Amino acid sequence: MNIDTILPMLLTVIAAATPLLLASIGELVTEKSGVLNLGVEGMMLVGAVIAFAVTVGSGSALLGIIAAAFAGITLSLVFGLLTLTLMANQVATGLALTIFGIGVSSLIGSSYIGTPVEKLGALSIPGISDLPVIGPLLFGHDILVYGSVAMTVLVAWFLKSSRAGLILRAVGESDLSAHSIGYDVIKVRYLAVMFGGLCSGIAGAYLSLSYTPMWVEGMTAGRGWIALALVAFASWRPWRVLGGAYIFGGVTILQLYLQGSGGIGIPSQVMNMLPYLATIIVLTVISAGPWRGRLDAPACLGKPFRPAS
Amino acid sequence: MVVMMQRHMLHWRYRVWRGSGLGMEPSDKAVKEHPRLELSGITKAFPGVIANSDVSFKVAPGEIHALLGENGAGKSTLVKQIYGILKPDSGAIVWDGREVDVPSPHAARTLGIGMVFQHFSLFEAMTVLDNVALGMDDPGKDRAALAKRIREVSESYGLPLDPAREVHTLSVGERQRIEVVRCLLQSPRLLVMDEPTSVLTPQEVGKLFETLRKLKAEGCSILYISHKLNEIKELCDQATILRGGKVVAACDPREETARSMAQLMIGAEFRSVARREAGKGTGPIRMELKALSMAPEMAHGVPLKSINLSLRGGEILGIAGVAGNGQGDLLAAIAGERKAATPGAVIVDGKPVGRLGPAARRKLGLCTVPEERNGHGAVPDMSLTDNAMLSAHKRMGFMKGGFLDTAKARGFAAEVIKRFDVRTPGTETAAGSLSGGNLQKFIVGREILQKPEILVVAQPTWGVDAAAAATIQQALVDLAGTGSAILVISQDLDELLTLSDRIAVINAGQVSEAMPASTVSVEEIGLLMGGIHGTPEKGAA
Repeated sequence: MNIDTILPMLLTVIAAATPLLLASIGELVTEKSGVLNLGVEGMMLVGAVIAFAVTVGSGSALLGIIAAAFAGITLSLVFGLLTLTLMANQVATGLALTIFGIGVSSLIGSSYIGTPVEKLGALSIPGISDLPVIGPLLFGHDILVYGSVAMTVLVAWFLKSSRAGLILRAVGESDLSAHSIGYDVIKVRYLAVMFGGLCSGIAGAYLSLSYTPMWVEGMTAGRGWIALALVAFASWRPWRVLGGAYIFGGVTILQLYLQGSGGIGIPSQVMNMLPYLATIIVLTVISAGPWRGRLDAPACLGKPFRPAS
Repeated sequence: MVVMMQRHMLHWRYRVWRGSGLGMEPSDKAVKEHPRLELSGITKAFPGVIANSDVSFKVAPGEIHALLGENGAGKSTLVKQIYGILKPDSGAIVWDGREVDVPSPHAARTLGIGMVFQHFSLFEAMTVLDNVALGMDDPGKDRAALAKRIREVSESYGLPLDPAREVHTLSVGERQRIEVVRCLLQSPRLLVMDEPTSVLTPQEVGKLFETLRKLKAEGCSILYISHKLNEIKELCDQATILRGGKVVAACDPREETARSMAQLMIGAEFRSVARREAGKGTGPIRMELKALSMAPEMAHGVPLKSINLSLRGGEILGIAGVAGNGQGDLLAAIAGERKAATPGAVIVDGKPVGRLGPAARRKLGLCTVPEERNGHGAVPDMSLTDNAMLSAHKRMGFMKGGFLDTAKARGFAAEVIKRFDVRTPGTETAAGSLSGGNLQKFIVGREILQKPEILVVAQPTWGVDAAAAATIQQALVDLAGTGSAILVISQDLDELLTLSDRIAVINAGQVSEAMPASTVSVEEIGLLMGGIHGTPEKGAA
């Protein structure tokens, strides 16, 4: 293999990793506050179809992305209302949200099937973007690719160094303690859930505007679930989410290339399993092995908070 | 309104004068006329319960004021209103002579009220520094400066803390220091402490009292909630006694006896446990632990290290120790919830049972009462009858040809309720809806009425009020009188000294030699108790 075959491969890895990274980083923040939202897949799908519809309607991809973000937030608010205010079971509600998202996105998207849309433009810097190899690899991407990395940096800083991030972690660690010191647990969790919705919506927008610029029913193809697995895989740390997203993205692309070359006799289904298999193995190893103390799951993850007395 | 405003302004002016260094005598007087905190007619109702009814009392500046009462008397509800976690339905909170509204803990801290919680409000996976910062309204941007202040303040009050340590690596006593230091950093004028000593070793209690006296000398008022009447006698200047949500008495604890205060609390003659004659408990050995070792079940736990112990018929053996030193795993290992590596590590009546499960051991006569009532000792959502069935069906024969004999189980549950004075609407009430003390009476009663040969009990009277505690303790003493062997694992030294024939201490997964309770001193036990992961603090006492 020479640079001419590796370069397009690397570019597709970046493209495959970006939606995973966006969705996972949002879910990471949600889970750090102690809420498990399994509706990522549904929120991504709705984000994808709304981004597509708004972009086709208005001609502006930026408007499409913003609309997708709001669509994600709206769905996450439904989830928040059910689980935080009405205290429904988070797992069941999250699953329902995904199923709802699949249905509603098909409904909205039915008239857009086959409609073309212009691929999200790359932000190019004249001169630098034209450099061989480095140019396309580092400076030839669209705003969402850079946005996803910027978001990771931002979230990593927020959780580690900001007071608001400290409070968010505290709420996920012990909701009762946070409540008794005087923090509004429900409000913090609402905000975290909304951030998760926003990121999932944008992740969806990336799929329908850049990854494959069109609308196809169920086009997320399980990426929401991979994103969820990725958060646990990364043991709830933003930098590991970044690394994990690129590893998972790489595995996805690798299996496509291997299938294409026909050189390896492994069925594609086995390759498709790899990200999930990796997550299960990592989770098993870190929760059963001698490292189990380092499993950083927020202590209150998935537990409803009842503020009475 | 106008009068209030004038008073307020006057007050403010005096303070300005004082601040300018004129040292006006009358100003001090004017400030001192007001109590630091005055509650007047505080009433708070929850659905079905009136938690506080017309509660009024005053706390003077520099006063250590005790708040006494049984479980459910409304103490915790009351202090939560002072700290702004709950809102009173009616009544007024007067602070330095001024009626104030305390809508949130933040508002309480702004006034100068600090609180140390009964169940600590800490975050285990975070550092001391993070925990302190979370409990402050304005910790400042500079974390290094905050860390330095934590060191300084904690050392000046004799409560040294390392800001970089994560909370789960600290002993219970050190954890409490975090809460205290967190309050001290905000220079409180009233410190509320909800049962602060229930988890401390005697030496740690001594240190805490030194700190509190120092605070008092600096003019800080302290509102102190505790069940331990001897401590209140030693520490407090004033006491307000609550019963059924109402103030029933006020007294000077230094002039009362523990017994007289207990009677004020329960409003009836207090019947203390009849101590048994010494020299009992020399029956045959019923249970033995031989070099029992076990890895901890929970992350951050301590392993059990080669524990040797023998328990004779008719004796009560107490195991003292600060929470988290392996008690949970020890109980699980004896009960059979966790199996030992070899059968010979646990021996019941000469039979090696180390690899048997709980049901098999129960059949041999070994019954257990775990520490956690809801979810371990009882299934909260199931009725008392079902809960009786779960633990007693083998020994009491509640099975008929593979079917449950519910009528028989119901009769058994009714007997437990009657004999142990469990306050419940009936046998079909869900276990989880009983108050902690009542559920504890039911669970202990359920095991005792099965006439166990060996009974292992953890924290038999934890969070149970004086009257109920006496009932449970008396039942244990009576059971020992019938020749059963009893092992009590408890953090409450007074309880162990009352009940036990011999006392051993568990620390960092190791159990000390058992000593006769009649000759051992509280100091000796305290030194052995040390702390989690810590070494006993020899020079502390």
